[in-house]
Amino acid sequence: MAIPFEFGYEKPATLESAVRLLGELGKEARLLAGGTDLANQMKQGFRVPKLLIDLKGIGELGGIRFKGDELQIGALVTFHDIRHSTLVREKMNILHEAAGLVASTGIRNRATMVGNICSAVACMDSAGPLLVHDAVVCTVSIRGEKRYPIGKWFIDNRKTAIGDDEIVTHIAVPIPQKKYAGAYQKMMRYSGEDLSQANVSVLALGGAEFRVAFGSVGPIPKRSPKIEKILTTEGTSKETIEKIKQEIGKVISPITDVRATREYRLHMTRVMFERALMTAMERYRKPHIIA
Amino acid sequence: MKKISITLNGESRTIFVEPNETLLEVLRDKMGVKSPKCGCDSGDCGACTVMLDGMTVRSCLVFAIETDGQEIITLEGVSRNGLTPLQKSFLKHNVFQCGYCAPGMVLSATELLNRNPHPGLHEIREAIAGNLCRCTGYTPVVEAILEVAKK
Repeated sequence: MAIPFEFGYEKPATLESAVRLLGELGKEARLLAGGTDLANQMKQGFRVPKLLIDLKGIGELGGIRFKGDELQIGALVTFHDIRHSTLVREKMNILHEAAGLVASTGIRNRATMVGNICSAVACMDSAGPLLVHDAVVCTVSIRGEKRYPIGKWFIDNRKTAIGDDEIVTHIAVPIPQKKYAGAYQKMMRYSGEDLSQANVSVLALGGAEFRVAFGSVGPIPKRSPKIEKILTTEGTSKETIEKIKQEIGKVISPITDVRATREYRLHMTRVMFERALMTAMERYRKPHIIA
Repeated sequence: MKKISITLNGESRTIFVEPNETLLEVLRDKMGVKSPKCGCDSGDCGACTVMLDGMTVRSCLVFAIETDGQEIITLEGVSRNGLTPLQKSFLKHNVFQCGYCAPGMVLSATELLNRNPHPGLHEIREAIAGNLCRCTGYTPVVEAILEVAKK
């Protein structure tokens, strides 16, 4: 099926010219990286831009790198890049794990993590791992640079805090300054295509600290400070885990749709929470992932 | 209209495209390459798979204009010097019935074997996941790739 409307295409060679172009056109333009979401949105008429600004000619937007105490994931970094990065596997195994569960190889070869959090569809796989790592989304526009804590990035399903003239340059993920390990759990019918029906991310840190995020069970993915506090103060006994499982019902608000019922999502989120917690703790005990 | 230059199955080609044409449409309708098929048209089924600079992509989700200067290999290109050992193994194991998913399966497995000549079961399953097949139940596909991987 052809995309049923006409639009222009520009591929700027520098970030400066992309910023200027987007500054002039604002929401009439859309930024193109992997395009796996955008092409679908344009076929469905959900997005009708007058101009596509292809960012793939801008070298500085690519690459996974360490800078100081943070891991930087450039706007052009694909899920394939993340999945096959030794750096990510060793330093941030939860991102490695989640990247391997995104759609299929053919999509992961193209789709970017930045694109994933910019599309901000409630069932995205990137958000939970980034939330538990307190990631920061870094943008640039003609007005200057901006940094959004990931917890303030998601506004609603498919809506983020980004301004119409801003380009995300990278995601900055701070490396915790103590021992840590994460785990990601995703509920889906089969691998290779399915969107998550519910997902849970857990990060276990030294000092018996825990961070927990839920995705695809509400309009935006989110952390639960209350559950984190219970885990940190009361530990991980069977009784505490049961108590938290009850608490999960108050924290998340899943819907019933063609893929799963509200009740099933709620039940499975409780099950996956326990699995993610156990996995994160087991990995924490293994020395090779000490930061 | 914009002129783009690509290498298609080893040959340099120049073609005019509109920004709203997908790579799948251009390959099939303007360049006569029919192995990539339109299945779901939304990136889920894998029938439109082609290789772009050595990596499989869903050609229904790629704008043709993006591929200027890049190398595209379709199933026709994979077998232009005769069937590959992988394709012979697919034949031996009687892998396909209708064949609609075949180009995507062959290209996905080829990409995997190019990167890792001896993948295990898990890697094979991960590589072909997202190429939906309604005939085989996938078992013969996996067995055929596994046989090549063990050689």
